[in-house]
Order: sequence, then structure tokens, then C-alpha cells
Amino acid sequence: MRPFTYERAESAAAAAKAAAETPGARFLAGGTNLLDLMKLEIERPSHLIDVGRLPLTQIDPTSDGGLRIGAVVSNSDAASDRRVRTLYPVLTHALIAGASAQLRNKATIGGNLMQRTRCAYFYDAAKPCNKRDPGAGCSALGGDVRANAILGASEHCVATHPSDMAVALSALEAKVETVTPAGSTRTLAIDDVCRLPGETPHVEHNLAPGELVTSVVLPPPPQGRQEYRKVRDRASYAGGLFSLALAGERLALGAVALKPWRATKAEAALAAGASPADAAQAELEEARALGRNAFKITLARRVMVAALEGTPVR
Amino acid sequence: MDLPRRQAPIVAFEITVNGALRQVAVDVRTTLLDLLREHLGLPGTKKGCDHGQCGACTVLVGGVRINACLSLAVMHEGESVTTIEGVGLPGNLHPLQAAFLERDAFQCGYCTPGQICSALGMLAEVRRGEPSQVTEDLAAAIIVLTDEEIRERMSGNICRCSAYPQILEAIRDVAGAAA
Repeated sequence: MRPFTYERAESAAAAAKAAAETPGARFLAGGTNLLDLMKLEIERPSHLIDVGRLPLTQIDPTSDGGLRIGAVVSNSDAASDRRVRTLYPVLTHALIAGASAQLRNKATIGGNLMQRTRCAYFYDAAKPCNKRDPGAGCSALGGDVRANAILGASEHCVATHPSDMAVALSALEAKVETVTPAGSTRTLAIDDVCRLPGETPHVEHNLAPGELVTSVVLPPPPQGRQEYRKVRDRASYAGGLFSLALAGERLALGAVALKPWRATKAEAALAAGASPADAAQAELEEARALGRNAFKITLARRVMVAALEGTPVR
Repeated sequence: MDLPRRQAPIVAFEITVNGALRQVAVDVRTTLLDLLREHLGLPGTKKGCDHGQCGACTVLVGGVRINACLSLAVMHEGESVTTIEGVGLPGNLHPLQAAFLERDAFQCGYCTPGQICSALGMLAEVRRGEPSQVTEDLAAAIIVLTDEEIRERMSGNICRCSAYPQILEAIRDVAGAAA
């Protein structure tokens, strides 16, 4: 691990200000992703701003009947909250489908959103990667792309976003609240937080330098069925090959793109009376196989159809 | 501003480990795992992968199980950590430690401290009614600790000797006794 200096933030606004004013600074909350990457020297911050003790640990009702989850609430506490479990079961399901219990106890909601891709070539510091070193090239292209993107990829990056939680948040149309280095607050739609790679895969989200996520806001629970389905190489403690969040009439897909993929084309097709198979086809029309990940298109179609038809998981 | 490779700040703080208040001063990069093993003379907590994938380093912080390898020691200033050395001692074993012996729930033993600390944290999560991905009814306040639940909830602890059936039995013995 490279050397760094460390401070414990006094307030969210002070943390954002310090982050913007200190070159090489990163926020530290649970640390489960950042410290892993720091050991590999893929992340090399020169200063850590520990936001883990900020008073962003509450889950509170909002005035319109939704729920506000503080950014440093642990994944476990959010998943286990009685209101989340009963009103937003798709979110509980997504959270407890991710990582291990030890990691969920430590990892935070804000950190879950801001975690970095698990692309094997991003993790292999011996290989070029446009995320680590803009302009170096993408080693996944021409390599083993079995786990890589089928939607929204570019010639510069074919990584996927690793979060299960964010897929559920997309289907729930959650909002993300932040504080800026100037001390003002801002609200982003969940689908506006993460970016597709385009020509700048190293720019992973739409937050300004130093801008800190302070909470995730869930709108009132949607009418209808909520469900999270995740397909992976083993039954537990593995990243997804494909996942799907269904919340009423809204559908989002995971492990297919560099952001949680809100399936608006499938939603529109369903609203127009299309069958589940036709809706899945509408969404996957633009899916592109890179090689060994071609199976993910078939997998995505089958899981979408099964979920929309209500076929039991087991 | 890049610091020279060897030159990181020293942080001094207090931390409670197995009930004893300890004053420490360490390189800020020191993980909780390395603090325990290298600075506090508590090598019971094991370093397996050092990346949060194997669970050998599982300890309890405020009664909650975490991977000690993916946490900086300084993040735990003022907190209370329990390691395997604080769970029980020879001659005065915790029932779960005794159950691991009784059920022959290990071969090499390297993962065992993490398995036991993890299981203790897991049983507390079950008592609090926290759901897992195999819990049938997410809204249920009481978790029925089936074998499937134990396996899922312990998936963050790898045993390369593959003593999983015996680990399951040992945990089931103690969970049954506590219920």
C-alpha cells in the first residue's frame, strides 16, 4: 500500500470541501473495496478522508411516504430494516445477494454505489486498462470477456458495474443526495449517477470532484410485484453474470453494462401489451456479444422472460 | 503530493481488544488484522487471502463480524474487538469451540478461528432476525436456522480442507442448544 495521510471528517460538507482541496484525496467509508484496491496499488490515494463516522447512519421516512437511507448505513442494516424488508423487498433481496455477510456488515450504501468494476483486466495491474491509465488500451478486448458487458460498451471499455443494490435502486427510481465542496446539496436520479464508458471510461460517475453521497432516497413503494433475480457461477458469494430487478412496472438489469441498466425499452413494450418474450427482445435488440460472453444475451432473455411470467426461481 | 514509499504517518489511538484497553501507535496503513497479529501479540486471527475473499481474518467489532484484513486499524479507534483469543481459552472453551473439537470440524485448522468468530456473529444476526438470501419470508421476524440458512450465512468463510459438513454440524449443535 502506498503511503497516505488520514483524517476523520467532522461533517459531510467539511469532507467534501477537504476532498476538493486535497489532490489525490479519496473518501473512506467501509473500505471493503477501496482498501482492497489500495493493497493492489490500483488505487493510490495520497489522502484518505474517513466519512465512516459521519451522522449519516439513519433510515428515516420522507414526507411523501418514501424512505431516506443515510450513506454510511451498512448494507446489512439497510437490508434488515423492517421498512425496507416489507415495503422494498427488491432492495433487501439485492443487498443480501451481494458479497458475504462480513463484507455487508462493513460496506456502506454510499460505498456500494461508488464501488469500482470487478473486470479482471482492471484488477490486473500488469495489463493496460483505460480505466487505470486513460489511453493505454483495453486488455479485455482480445482477452477473456466471459463476464463483460453486452450493453452500452465502447471500444475503450467493456467492464460492468458490480453492484446488485444499484440495480434494485434503478428499478425503484431512487434518488441520490449529495453535498458539494461548496456546501450545497444536490439530488441526482439513480440512473444519472453512473456513466457508460464512451471515450472516457476513467470517468465513472457524474459527481463533481469532492462531491459526497449523503443519502439514497426511495420514492413511495411501487404498486405490484417486486423481485430480484441473480445468476452466477456459484450459489453464494459471487458476482453476478446477470441480474434483474423488477419493481411494479419497472425493470432494471445488472452485470450487463457499466451502469445499472434500466430496461426502458422492455418497459415500453410491456406497457404497449407486448409479451414477455417480445419485451425482452426489444431490450436486447442492441445487445452485442464480444466473444465468450455471448451466452449472457441468451441468459438475459431467459431470466427476463421467467421473471416477467412469474416463473418461480425454485 | 506523493509521500515517499516508506514514509507514512504514525497514528496513536486507543482500542479495546478482548476486553482490555490498548494504546497503540502504528503506521496509518496498518490493517486491523496486522495490528492484532503483529503489534498486539494475538496471532489467533489468521491472514489467508488478505483481500476479503476467504474469511480467515473474521473478528467481531462491537459484536458484528467483519473481515479484519479490509479495515484500517485506525478506523476502529475507541471500538471493542473480539478475536478468537477472547472467545475462549484452553480449559475454558466456548461451547462453539468445544463443538468444533467434538465434530472434528477442521483438518489444518487455519480457517477455524475465522469460522468460529464468523459463526458467533452469524448466530447474533439470526437472533436479531436479519434475513439472508435463502430466507423464504423476508418479512418474518424470526429466522428458522435451517442447514441451508447456515450454509448461506457462512459462505464468506472458505475451508480448503473442505470440512464443511462438520462445520455445519458444530454450528447446528450450538445453535440448537441456544434456541
